[in-house]
Amino acid sequence: MPRYSAFAVVKNALTGHKGWREQWPDAQPKKQYDVIIVGAGGHGLGAAYYLAREHGITNVAVIDKGWLGGGNTGRNTTIIRSNYLYDESAKLYDHALDLWDGLSQELNYNVMFSRRGVMMLAHNVHDVQSFQRHVHSNRLNGVDNRWLSPEEAKEFCPPLNISRDARYPVMGAALQMRAGTARHDAVAWGYARAAAAMGVDIIQNCPVIAIRRGPDGAVTGVDTAKGFIGAKKVAVSAAGHTSVVMESAGVRMPLESFPLQALVSEPVKPVFPCVVMSNTVHAYISQSDKGELVIGSGTDQYTSYSQRGGLPLIEHTVAAICEIFPIFNRMRMLRKWGGIVDVTPDRSAIIGKTPVKNLFVNCGWGTGGFKATPGAAHVLAHTVATGEPHPLNAPFTLDRFRTGRLIDEAAAAAVAH
Amino acid sequence: MLLIHCPYCDETLPELEFAYAGEAHIIRPEDPSAMSDEEWRDFLFIRTNARGPHFERWRHVHGCARFFNAVRDTVSDRFLLTYKAGEPRPDLASLEAAQ
Repeated sequence: MPRYSAFAVVKNALTGHKGWREQWPDAQPKKQYDVIIVGAGGHGLGAAYYLAREHGITNVAVIDKGWLGGGNTGRNTTIIRSNYLYDESAKLYDHALDLWDGLSQELNYNVMFSRRGVMMLAHNVHDVQSFQRHVHSNRLNGVDNRWLSPEEAKEFCPPLNISRDARYPVMGAALQMRAGTARHDAVAWGYARAAAAMGVDIIQNCPVIAIRRGPDGAVTGVDTAKGFIGAKKVAVSAAGHTSVVMESAGVRMPLESFPLQALVSEPVKPVFPCVVMSNTVHAYISQSDKGELVIGSGTDQYTSYSQRGGLPLIEHTVAAICEIFPIFNRMRMLRKWGGIVDVTPDRSAIIGKTPVKNLFVNCGWGTGGFKATPGAAHVLAHTVATGEPHPLNAPFTLDRFRTGRLIDEAAAAAVAH
Repeated sequence: MLLIHCPYCDETLPELEFAYAGEAHIIRPEDPSAMSDEEWRDFLFIRTNARGPHFERWRHVHGCARFFNAVRDTVSDRFLLTYKAGEPRPDLASLEAAQ
């Protein structure tokens, strides 16, 4: 796999750009793999990459029913942050943030990670108290987060209206400077290219029909649209469709799948320097490098696999953005879409072993899986390779819904869940 | 926008009048203290999350405010049937045959 560099760009420019090769081969399935990962999103491709790089396991296939990165990896609002309340979550997401830092260099692929800061607005006394609690908790965990006065918030994000007469006055904000955005597609492509270079097969347009188990109950492989593929271990990382895949292995999941919608405006010149989230008014916004405003909010109220979602939620979201940023009143929206997110009862992910031998799962990321991509992939690879969870994902078991040891970020929410 | 038929008001109305209320036909345990941890997990947290016809509860919050049940296809979001709370769970095969 040729390295990408400034030199390569110049060389190819001088030779009519005829020297660029495909980034990874479109593999066909072999009969048997050491590990099969179901779902070629950022999490699944990343796990394959870390399996190969950190654990020397290269006989790996990543199988997807569509094209790689075509699910929630290509549908999210690209926000990356780690300011979660509880110790378990803060450590896991901060681990991901550490990996984001060097990811472009490591993969030799520009994922355009931009540490532009994520600011969460407080509009009432409850918000102020809740966010200050988050700031303190984060700082005790060594996670970057600080409190801003309304004037400081305005200085950081000039389009912000901090007038006391505003419909939703800004009483302060929590700012995580290390947080930001990344180019979501490039994350999937970068991991795919780096994993394929080490021998990982990426098999696209090949729906997994069922997980097959042997007489002793252990996993033997997966039935797919391209026939049976054997595997010593199977890891499911299929987001909204995880419960459907897991059911075929006889495992019922504590998951519900909801549409999560997002939308973008027409592209405009740089006007918005950071990411702003408002939980009370319920929307978040940033500007992509292409110039589009990227806007999202919460999930639709009903479970669905339709990848569409309803228009009332879009109306609610855009109304919220116009309340906070009246300057965007006349922006035209270009398109909207939905992704299917798998939500757990405590709004924390599940990464680890399952009751089925050699079957592993990475799911339940709900509305916030993109930011965790490198971290989730890294600890999932560790869990699959060693058979035991990494200390960072040890609390995120499937069994916690039996023991009651929940990681209740839903009750702790400072963010739109 | 979903159009939902309220079986009490006997009217088909926009989704904005209704609130989703989770999976239907989940029966509260009669003797909670006799339940094992596994049974509590299944009751509290495990959901069918069906891809296809799904039995679910809705509440007509901005109308009669009553809970009712529905069968909705979660792939197309189309409602197959709504029925009053307390009525027996309809047979899926006959429901699909009727469509």
